Amino acid sequence: MAQADITQDAGAETRLDKLTTADGTPLKASIRRAMRRNKLLAFGLAAPLLFFIVFSFLMPIFDMASRSVENHQIPEALPRTVEALEGWNGQEVPGEQAFKALALDIQEGQRTRTIGQAATRLNYQESGMRSLIMGTARRADQLEPPYKEALIEINDDWADLSVWRLIERESGYYTASYYLNAIDLTYSDTGEIVSQPEYRQIYVMLFIRTLWMSALITGLALLLGFPVAHLLATLPARHANLLMILVLLPFWTSLLVRTTTWIVVLQTEGVLNDMMVWLGVISDEGRLQMIYNQIGTIVAMTQILLPFMILPLYSVMKGISPSYMRAAKSLGARPPVAFWRVYVPQTIPGMGAGGILVFILAIGYYITPALVGGQSGQLISNYIAYHMQQSLNWGLAAAIGTLLLAGVLILYATYNRIVGIDNMKLG
Amino acid sequence: MAKFAPYVGRLEKTWHYTYLTICGLVFLYLILPIIMIVPLSFNAEPYFTFTEGMLAFDPEAYSTRWYQDFFTSQSWLHSIKNSFIIAIAATFLATSLGTLAALGLSRPHMPGRELVMSILISPMIVPLIISGAAMFFFYSQINLAQTHLGVILAHTALGTPFVVITVTATLVGFDRSLIRAANNLGADDRVVFFRIILPLISPGVISGALFAFITSFDEVVIVLFLAGYEQRTIPLEMWSGIREQISPTILAVATMLVTLSVILLATLEILRRRSEAHRGMAPT
Repeated sequence: MAQADITQDAGAETRLDKLTTADGTPLKASIRRAMRRNKLLAFGLAAPLLFFIVFSFLMPIFDMASRSVENHQIPEALPRTVEALEGWNGQEVPGEQAFKALALDIQEGQRTRTIGQAATRLNYQESGMRSLIMGTARRADQLEPPYKEALIEINDDWADLSVWRLIERESGYYTASYYLNAIDLTYSDTGEIVSQPEYRQIYVMLFIRTLWMSALITGLALLLGFPVAHLLATLPARHANLLMILVLLPFWTSLLVRTTTWIVVLQTEGVLNDMMVWLGVISDEGRLQMIYNQIGTIVAMTQILLPFMILPLYSVMKGISPSYMRAAKSLGARPPVAFWRVYVPQTIPGMGAGGILVFILAIGYYITPALVGGQSGQLISNYIAYHMQQSLNWGLAAAIGTLLLAGVLILYATYNRIVGIDNMKLG
Repeated sequence: MAKFAPYVGRLEKTWHYTYLTICGLVFLYLILPIIMIVPLSFNAEPYFTFTEGMLAFDPEAYSTRWYQDFFTSQSWLHSIKNSFIIAIAATFLATSLGTLAALGLSRPHMPGRELVMSILISPMIVPLIISGAAMFFFYSQINLAQTHLGVILAHTALGTPFVVITVTATLVGFDRSLIRAANNLGADDRVVFFRIILPLISPGVISGALFAFITSFDEVVIVLFLAGYEQRTIPLEMWSGIREQISPTILAVATMLVTLSVILLATLEILRRRSEAHRGMAPT
C-alpha cells in the first residue's frame, strides 16, 4: 500500500512530482493511469449483469410505473373532441361544434376499432360510459348534422354535463385518476377530489389489512423464533447443527409444497380437525373452520416466514458472549432481570433485521393468501393480480403496485441502514 | 441434557423445562406439516387425511398409485421437463453473470459500488407480484411473453442477487496476493481465473447456483404471468391443481420436491464444511 501512503501525504506532493517510473513517465500520471485501468476493469466485470438487470428488470418496473399515470387512449381515440373542448367553460353542455367533433371521432373510432379502448378507459372512472359510447358507436353511420340533436336522440346521457366534464378531465396524456382510485378517492362531477362512494371503498381497507396482518405475522414470528434462536445459539454445536436442519429444511422447501401442507392440515376434513374429533375436543359436526380465512393466512404465513426470523436472530445471538449474563448474575441480578436488561438489548440488531425482513416479505405475499386466505385473508397483492388478470384494469394494478413498491423500498432502505445488504446471511 | 448447577432453584428448573417444551412445539410447527405429507402421499384412498388402515399400518391402505399417476400424466411430465429446462438455463446464466459481477464488486476501486450493488440486489427486494406484473407488460411489448426465453430471462434476473451475495461473501476472505503471485509466476489472466480464483471461490459459486436453481424451480408468480401453455412448470401445475381440483397426486409431487430440498440442503452443508476447511477454520 505504498501508493496510498505517497498520495495521501500532503508534504510529499513536491517530491512526488519529481518521481518518475523506469520509462520516464511521472509517477503520479502512472498511478492515475493504473487506477483508471483498475476502475474500468472492476466496472467491466460488473457491467454485463448491470445491463442485464437494467434491461430485464428495471425497465419493466419503470414501464409499469409509467402505466399508472398514462392516459393515451382518450387523446388518441377522441382527438377532435379533445381539441373542441379546449377552452370550454364547463358550466353548460357544449355546443354543436363539440358534438360534431365527437360524432366524427366516434365514426372514425368505429371504423378503426379503436373506440373500444377509450370507452373502457372512461368506464373505469364512471360505470355506464362504456355502454354509452359503444351504443352510440354502433349507430355512428346514421349520424347526420345537426349532431347535437342526433347524438342526444341516440342516448340522452350526451346531454348530461358530467359526461362532458369527465371527457374533458381525462383528455390529457397523463392522469392521476388511477392513483386516486388506488386510495379510494375519485373526482366529483365538478372535478373536485372526493371519497369514493362507500360501496366502492376497498383499497385503503386492504392496505391497512395488509399492514396489520404483516405486523401480526412479524410479531408472531418474533415470539416463536426468539426462544428457538436462543436455544440454537446456546446448545453445543453438535446438537445445534441437528436442530438447525429443522429450520433449514422448511426454508429450502418449495413454497407451494408448504402451502399445500397447510391445506392438508387445516381444512375441515383435514388432519388437525380429525385429530381433535378423535380426541373428543370437538364434535364431528363442530369441526373448526381454520382455513380459507384470516386464520389460515396467518398460521401458514407465520410458519413459512419463521426461518427468515430465526436465521438473523441466531447469527446475532451466536455472537453474544455468555460471560455478560454470568457477570450480571454474579452482580446480583435475578435471571429474569439479567435476561431482560442484559441479554435482550444485545439481540436488538437481530430482532430488527429479522423483523424488517419478515415484514417486507409479508406485505408482498401473494401465493399463500390466494390459496388459503379465502375472502377475508386476501392481501393487497391479490388485488393487483385480480386487476391484472380478471378486471384487466391495468392502470389501477400499476398504481397499486407502485404504491406497494414505494412502501417496500422505504422499508428496505431502513433494513439496509440497520443491517447492510452486504451482511445478509443466506442459509 | 439438563445438568443444573447445585444453586439453581426449583423455579428456574421448571422454567428451563417450559422453555424447552416451547422450543419443541415451535420445531414441530415448522417441520411436522412437511413430514406429514410423506406418508399421506402413499394413501391408497383419494383423501388428504390418515385413513384408519393407515393408522393401523395395514399395507393395503398404502399404495404408490399417485406416483404412478404422476409418471403417466402427460401434463405433469411436460411441466417437469419445462421446470428443469428453465431452471438449468436460468441457473447457468445467473451464475456466470453473477460471479463476474461479484468479482468486479469485490475489486478495490470499484466505482459506485453502493449504487451498483443495490441495483443488482433489487430483484430480490421487489415483491414478486410487482415484478410479475411489470415483466408481463414489458415482455409482451417485445414479444418475449409466452416464450421459454422470456421465462428464462425473468428467472435469471431473480436468481442473480443470490449468486452476487454468496460469491461476494466468499471473496471477502480471498487473499489477493495469490493473484499477484500467480502473475509473477507467468500465469495470464485466463489461467489465473480458472486455476486460482475459481477453485477458491467455488463453494460460494456453487451455493449461489443452488439458490438460483431453487429460486427458478420453485417460482410461480412470474410464470403465472409470463408463461403460456407451452411453458407450464411444476409449481404452475401445482398452483392450478390446488385451485381447481386438489388430487393426492399433488402430495406425491410435494414429497418428491421435499426430497429434492433435502438433497440440496445436504449439498450446501457439505460445501460449507469444505469451505471452512479450506480457510483453516475448524468445522463446526
